[in-house]
Amino acid sequence: MSPKNKAKFHRWREMPDLWVQCPDCRKMVTKTKVSAMIEVCPKCGYHFEISSRERIDTLLDPGSFCELFADLEPDDPLRFTGRKPYRERLKKAQEDTGLRDACVIGRGRISEIQIVFGVSDSRFMRGSMGSVVGEKICRGVECATAERLPFVFVSGSGGGARMDEGILSLMQMAKTSAALARFQREGGFFISILTNPTMGGAMASFAALGDIVIAEPKALIGFAGPNVVKETMKKELPEGFQTAEFFLEHGFVDLVVSRPDLRAKVAALLAYAR
Amino acid sequence: MMAKEAGGRVVSRTPDFEEPILEIDEKIAELKRFSASTDVNLTEQIQQLTRKSEEMKRRIFAHLTPWQRVLIARHSDRPQATDILDLVAEEFIELHGDRAFRDDPCILTGLARIGGRRCMVVGHRKGKTTREKLACGFGCAHPEGYRKAIQKMRLAAKLGLPVVSFIDTPGAHPGMEAEERGQAFVIALALKEMADLPTPIVCLILGEGGSGGALGIGVGDRILMLEHAYYSVISPEGCAAILWKDSGHAPAAAEALKLTADDLLGLGVIDEILPEPLGGAHRDVAATAETIKGALLRHLGEIGEAKRGDLVARRFDKFRRMGRFLENSER
Ligand SMILES: [Zn+2]
Repeated sequence: MSPKNKAKFHRWREMPDLWVQCPDCRKMVTKTKVSAMIEVCPKCGYHFEISSRERIDTLLDPGSFCELFADLEPDDPLRFTGRKPYRERLKKAQEDTGLRDACVIGRGRISEIQIVFGVSDSRFMRGSMGSVVGEKICRGVECATAERLPFVFVSGSGGGARMDEGILSLMQMAKTSAALARFQREGGFFISILTNPTMGGAMASFAALGDIVIAEPKALIGFAGPNVVKETMKKELPEGFQTAEFFLEHGFVDLVVSRPDLRAKVAALLAYAR
Repeated sequence: MMAKEAGGRVVSRTPDFEEPILEIDEKIAELKRFSASTDVNLTEQIQQLTRKSEEMKRRIFAHLTPWQRVLIARHSDRPQATDILDLVAEEFIELHGDRAFRDDPCILTGLARIGGRRCMVVGHRKGKTTREKLACGFGCAHPEGYRKAIQKMRLAAKLGLPVVSFIDTPGAHPGMEAEERGQAFVIALALKEMADLPTPIVCLILGEGGSGGALGIGVGDRILMLEHAYYSVISPEGCAAILWKDSGHAPAAAEALKLTADDLLGLGVIDEILPEPLGGAHRDVAATAETIKGALLRHLGEIGEAKRGDLVARRFDKFRRMGRFLENSER
């Protein structure tokens, strides 16, 4: 360890609350610097996961967000019990996050432009799509259709589907895609923003259907999880496989935009749809 | 009996619970051969054994577990879309290619005449020989397969032909090339296109309804399902690996996932269950095909009467209603 790093390490030891280790470059960075960049590592540009609340606060005009359909709550249609009953897992996720399910939808403004905005919160059962997430997205899209507003959605979903809701979770893919089909047929403008990670059923439905698809740098994006792909191929995957940059190169993503620039970029894009 | 095959997929051989039936059936065949070659009259013995076989099938098939149904749905002798087409279509003109990358043999598309009715057929193909199975990715389609389906369905709409979709896949292909070519993006596009397609779509789940790969050609006005087929958001093995870190718990996962035809009818995901011959579709493919033909023609006839605009709106409502949640409840 270099003397400089050693000194830093000691400072970190003394004040652990002020420092955080970047999971990507493994460097210790101060929380103030990370937070100034909206939870981005100043050393390597790694994007930490952020809550739906933080996303709303940093992307929309201050105080402009007005939540819709907040009283929707998950049910347990399959009475699903794996190692733990779904009801228990839901209760814990609700207590941990203060959310009723993994999606927040509402009206808001970006640079004074009125939009319908939604975000999936990856802290709530990894942002997976069950009936509530699917229903909220549909209602949001329908609200945007009726009021002729652009729809902006920030996805973050590890597994994609909510396994505990079985086939009904799968059907949310068809349902959200159908809602967006109708919205876009009537001239609606949808900006889909992919964050780390957006996989499986979420990625293979609404998240992929943006008129413009933006991804945050290095975000993991794809259909099958990297472990499944690795097992199928029986070999190591190349560096950068299934990242935002990978899909930009292969022609599936319009833009890769880092979080501190996101607000301005989305505002600029929305200006074209007025 | 299970065997691990290339790609880590678990492929079923003869399911254990079927073995006693097979044993008796073999004995019957042996007696018949013997009787024919020696002119010894064994009619009575053969009839007795046949009765015993029927009774055994009835007993075993009256109490199938969800996992046993999964094994039947994956049975190596289970009729595939190609087998059914051979029996129900007077004409089939296969059409190839997605006009963009390549022809994925895992997705079968073509113009067909079924009971005098012209339509566009799309379906999964698992293949029969090892060479075919490898070419078809064991029923796991690539993005170009779904793009091919989209392209042919658009053609169907233009020609005013209904679409008949045969679903039978363990899931969309989870390989590197599939990811590179945008598996998620293409499936999403397929869902959107089917939601908007201004022509009737009837889907039939023949065997395996594996997740997004099944749904990728599975958005329609009617969703039919063979009695022992399954339809699930994740394979029982995949679910077991997540929940218990052990794919050996697949039977328990199959139970929890509610993936049988009865479950799906109850959840409002499918419209009708088509009964299979006793012992499963593979025991009498002709009878299975006859049932399928009747059901397809009946549904196509019913939907065909709707106006085009109403059709898309009704399909939208059908999927819009899917899901269960609570609202306005006290906290
Ligand atoms: Zn870093």
